[in-house]
Amino acid sequence: MKNTDTPEKKETKKITFPQEWLVPVLAVVTGLIVGAIVILVSGENPFVAYGALFEGSFGNPLDYVEGFKSFFTTGDTQLLLRAIYPFTESLVTATPYIFAGLSVALGFRCGLFNIGAEGQFFVGALTSAYIGYSLTGLPTIIHLPLAILGGALGGAIWGMIPGYLKARFGAHEVVNTIMMNWIAFRLSDWLLNGPMKSSGFRPVTPNVEVTAELPRFFPEPLRFNLGFFLALLFAYLVYWFLFKTTLGFEIRSVGANPDAAKYAGMNIIRNFVLVMFLAGGLAGLAGSAQVLGVDHWVGQGFSAGYGFDAIAIALLGKSHPAGVVLSALLFGFLRSGATDMQSIARIPIDIISIIQGVVIVFIAAPDIIRWLYRIRVKKAEDTVLTRGWGK
Amino acid sequence: MKISNREISSETEKRQRISFGVTLLVVGLLIYLIFGLNTQANALATFGLNLSGSQALKVPDLVVPSLAGVYAMAILAVFAGAYQLARGVRATGWLIGIIAFTFVVAFLLWAVQDKSFSLTGMLSSTVVRATPIVLAALCGVISERSAVINIGIEGIMLMAAQTAVITATVSGNLYVGLFFAIVMGGLVAALHAYLVIRFKVDQTVSSVAINIFGAGATAFISSRFMQRAGDMLNNSGTFPIISIPVLSKIPVLGPVLFENNLIVYLTIVLVIAMHILLYYTPWGLRTRAVGEHPKAADTLGINVYLMRYVNVILGGMIAGLGGAYFTIGSVGRFDEAMTAGKGFIGLAAMIFGNWNPIGAYTSSLIFGFADSLQVKLQILRIPIPSEFLLMAPYIVTMIILTGVVGRAVPPAADGQPYEK
Repeated sequence: MKNTDTPEKKETKKITFPQEWLVPVLAVVTGLIVGAIVILVSGENPFVAYGALFEGSFGNPLDYVEGFKSFFTTGDTQLLLRAIYPFTESLVTATPYIFAGLSVALGFRCGLFNIGAEGQFFVGALTSAYIGYSLTGLPTIIHLPLAILGGALGGAIWGMIPGYLKARFGAHEVVNTIMMNWIAFRLSDWLLNGPMKSSGFRPVTPNVEVTAELPRFFPEPLRFNLGFFLALLFAYLVYWFLFKTTLGFEIRSVGANPDAAKYAGMNIIRNFVLVMFLAGGLAGLAGSAQVLGVDHWVGQGFSAGYGFDAIAIALLGKSHPAGVVLSALLFGFLRSGATDMQSIARIPIDIISIIQGVVIVFIAAPDIIRWLYRIRVKKAEDTVLTRGWGK
Repeated sequence: MKISNREISSETEKRQRISFGVTLLVVGLLIYLIFGLNTQANALATFGLNLSGSQALKVPDLVVPSLAGVYAMAILAVFAGAYQLARGVRATGWLIGIIAFTFVVAFLLWAVQDKSFSLTGMLSSTVVRATPIVLAALCGVISERSAVINIGIEGIMLMAAQTAVITATVSGNLYVGLFFAIVMGGLVAALHAYLVIRFKVDQTVSSVAINIFGAGATAFISSRFMQRAGDMLNNSGTFPIISIPVLSKIPVLGPVLFENNLIVYLTIVLVIAMHILLYYTPWGLRTRAVGEHPKAADTLGINVYLMRYVNVILGGMIAGLGGAYFTIGSVGRFDEAMTAGKGFIGLAAMIFGNWNPIGAYTSSLIFGFADSLQVKLQILRIPIPSEFLLMAPYIVTMIILTGVVGRAVPPAADGQPYEK
């Protein structure tokens, strides 16, 4: 609670990049080592497992060689497309992570801990799906933006409720966002078994109309789509908003020191509500991108795990949009590759969550990393991430 | 948020008086509109007071004419509202009580019309379902009284639940499972304590890491080992129901309080013990001092760090007991994410209970009631989708956290690391 620095001061400080990067990189490395130990203890070979992980996320280098060879000799893209499939799948996996990571990061910047990205994601996905399948006969140019906007709005409203409760009553957003998650899950159970159920047997929504789908760049089965670039665009927008606008400065000031911000005449309540609205919107966009770009329908457990992943991503990325994009890519590659690891090396995909937990601890406690690797890193000031109950 | 200024407080009181009065009137009106108009004139609601298989002496069931009961509740709410507007009552707890009581009773009378409903069964399941919540809340109380926030209770309980079922199944002894669950809870909490005290990690972040790690690790072990081994690892049986002689013969109260399993009894004992420890022993005084003003406590020679370590670890052990409830205390097997947010609901119970053990137990009972009501109502097949009833505990949590019900005051140093 001693962080009285204004954000301005922090920026003017000279940052030596390698040092800034050292702790996150070492944290990830240590996390992977811990993961390897877990794999070893559970009776599998970590090299085989991580080999499968690598191949599952980047693809096999030999396949690339074969693919390019056949492309340049015969002009046949078949093998090349097969070679890049794992890589594009990783980017597809990373897309919602970027959005959701931005959501949590934006909250952190204002001193709010948004654990509810998962619920906001679900609500966003459901809203987008509803707009996507219920409206027919619209041209893509209207239907797609409408579906995306709907998803953002759904998530935003879901996020704004805890934001308002925090601002107005001081109700802790951590507990409330989690409660909103559970309410979202129950609501979705009802929707998917009732009003939004498709005609089939399973509790899923109907497929969205083609006009609401995010366009894909490659033929089937590659699912790489416009969503990824949309995510990058939003990362830039969040960066611009946080660091180049007055409102962004206000938000960072409230996050750095709410008392000082209050005395400077900033409206804390408005900022809390606004930030949670925007953060919810970003998480909603994550769901939107997933349903409109990848799955085209929503089923139960659609959002499982995204909320916690997003927290890990935001922490690893130091709540900076660029850092978020990088760490979202990292976790996208890890998650995507872990699917292969599960089928080849029989290592449950949950290993990634274990690694994430470890990484978060190391990121939050750089002292451990310093102690572990006997390195001397100049103490970067750690932003106060959260506050006690209703203060 | 203590209000010292008298003028401000009289202003707030006036506003509170009016808002409570209006709320009560609205509740009365709602009871009439929602339930009164939808209840058949001659319907009778039967509330069963006997539990099959219980040792309690049999008593006749409670039979109430639904419509008359609903009207009585509406009139009670309106009367209380009018009295509140005219005179003003300071006891907000009573007012909340009346709002909840009239609404819930009217709701039940409406839902149960021409059907029968086991009241004793619901109260009994209230006590059972409150058990993990109150254990989570007690973990929170003891940690936060010494100023360490622990939001990782959910993760601790998951890991303890899994440990309990595996060790109990392998050893064939439920007490072994209970022991290791408590040890597991203590160990994870010790890690949390070490991170936040030694390394000054942000307490919420550390807790969240524990939650993520707990969810991941239990899911990993479950899908890698337990699903393949099946009953070899994941079938422990549960603690048997112990009927306390004589006391269990009391109608209604007997089956509710004195026919439970070991963990439920332990919980009740713990609540009382914690209350005595916190308020009537030197250890309790030191704990509270460390939570309110660590510097002063330090000056008086209290070892702030040691107190925090001990309390957080004790809290973890209590949460471990709560985890054991989920497996060896109720179903005898582990499922992924089976705690379903109970750890967080426990935190809400802690806040609502004003960081004291008895208060935490009372508010846990409210959650337990909401939880078991929702289950029983599904059986009655009322025209509300069960998913909405399942939301009830979460919505109640959010309402409680708004502090409309009376703002709770956390320990002054809660969540702040201490530096000498």
